[in-house]
Amino acid sequence: MGEGENLMGKIHSHEITPEHIYFSRRKFIAGMGALVAGTILSSACRPQKITPEGTGFCAGAAASASTDELGAKLTPCNDVINYNNFYEFSFDKEDVGDAAKNFKTSPWTVTVGGMVNKPRTFDIDELVRRFSPEERIYRMRCVEAWSMVIPWLGFPLGKLLKEVEPQSRAKYVRFETLYNPEQMPGQKIDLLAWPYVEGLRLDEAMYNLTILSTGLYGKPLPAQNGAPVRLVLPWKYGFKNIKSIVKIDLVEEMPVSTWAVAQPQEYGFYANVNPEVDHPRWSQASERRIGELARAKTLMLNGYGNEVAQLYTGMDLTKFY
Amino acid sequence: MQKTIAITLRILLHAGALSPLLLLIWDFTQGGLTANPIREIQLRTGRYTLLLLTLTLACTPVYNFTGFRQALALRRPMGLYAFAYASLHLLNLVGLDYGFDFALLWEDIAEKRYIIAGFAAFLILLALAVTSTKGWVRRLGRNWQRLHWLIYVAGILAVLHYLWQIKIAISAPFIYGIIVLVLLLLRVPAVSRVTMKYFKRKEGR
Repeated sequence: MGEGENLMGKIHSHEITPEHIYFSRRKFIAGMGALVAGTILSSACRPQKITPEGTGFCAGAAASASTDELGAKLTPCNDVINYNNFYEFSFDKEDVGDAAKNFKTSPWTVTVGGMVNKPRTFDIDELVRRFSPEERIYRMRCVEAWSMVIPWLGFPLGKLLKEVEPQSRAKYVRFETLYNPEQMPGQKIDLLAWPYVEGLRLDEAMYNLTILSTGLYGKPLPAQNGAPVRLVLPWKYGFKNIKSIVKIDLVEEMPVSTWAVAQPQEYGFYANVNPEVDHPRWSQASERRIGELARAKTLMLNGYGNEVAQLYTGMDLTKFY
Repeated sequence: MQKTIAITLRILLHAGALSPLLLLIWDFTQGGLTANPIREIQLRTGRYTLLLLTLTLACTPVYNFTGFRQALALRRPMGLYAFAYASLHLLNLVGLDYGFDFALLWEDIAEKRYIIAGFAAFLILLALAVTSTKGWVRRLGRNWQRLHWLIYVAGILAVLHYLWQIKIAISAPFIYGIIVLVLLLLRVPAVSRVTMKYFKRKEGR
């Protein structure tokens, strides 16, 4: 208060507030008012994005079981389609569904090439016809320490790769999302290197748990969940599950994934769920299951260790994170 | 006139500071807090804390430049509201998110730099809130002013707490950071002498 007191100590007639200051006070008060009103309005007028269960996409949502093999309940359909990290559309998880509602997923092709004997471009309808997707109930653990249990429809990526016959030099698989800033407004913002790129070691890609998903809850994928075709690997952090894939290449060198470009010290190539490898921002030791209040301990390899640990024998997973 | 302004300001202040809380409670009862309500509560209370903290810091410069004396009276209630939202922010983390499981909490986040910055900022706000009464002003004398300078440290720590959590370079924490630094700069004696002289000349005082 010090300086202020001296300033206002003696008031001479010539110190009486000039008009423009008087008005600036008014402006200050008006500004405070506007701030208050703005806070109220901006919050109150925000459209409610929660669709009641059983309407829209989730009407007739179907799954063959109500839990996964460990007894964890399926995440409600509404939560699965209203809480998405898909930065191509929006940085706000609740806005993705809205921002993606006019996304065109037909016609759509996936070009499979690189070090293969039979490079081919598949139409999405052909993929679905040919590889007849089946239901897989998987846990999905986001690197941001939340998780879901989702009944996907999908087929093993290995089936598709066998069709194109990888050459012996091919060691990795590289995936690419559609690049179309007109349809994906997030790609106009340079915060990540677009298009989104992900990669797997060939043996991880061929592994039976690795699927290309074309649907969830018994229906074709909604745009916000990566329509028309996305990758799902339940033992890796969610960001490995690249969405809206247009290109799959067999390559010799380890691909550099988009998040590894953005923050190499935080996001590794493997991104295996591992409660023992810390992250500077999020707890990797525990997680919040969407729709539930209490935190749960995060399981090594997201609880798929019995199946996939063999892929990493002899590797120090704290080093190859 | 002065009295009307004072009352109006008070009403605006309380309405402005309390409405986000009422809205939060409303949304909570209506299921309007996204699929991840605990995180939404955490984000909102954090945002309000930082906003109120920044507005609190702006009061003295506003007074210095405009002579608008009423601004000074806003510092204490706004600072206390900032502390209230910071408390909710912390309580949500410890209580709702971690169910008071301190062992798990410690294992998960004790060593994270953003938590250390955030918790330090909270401790400062706690000390300032406790000593915000007239009795403490009297008891601490000159030291009261020294202690309350720590609000700038709290502001900087709060910005760091935000900055260290973002996944990609969104602008909000940087904007807050710049505002807090400018407000701090305006209080540096050498700077404030120059700027105040300029304003006085402009005002023809």
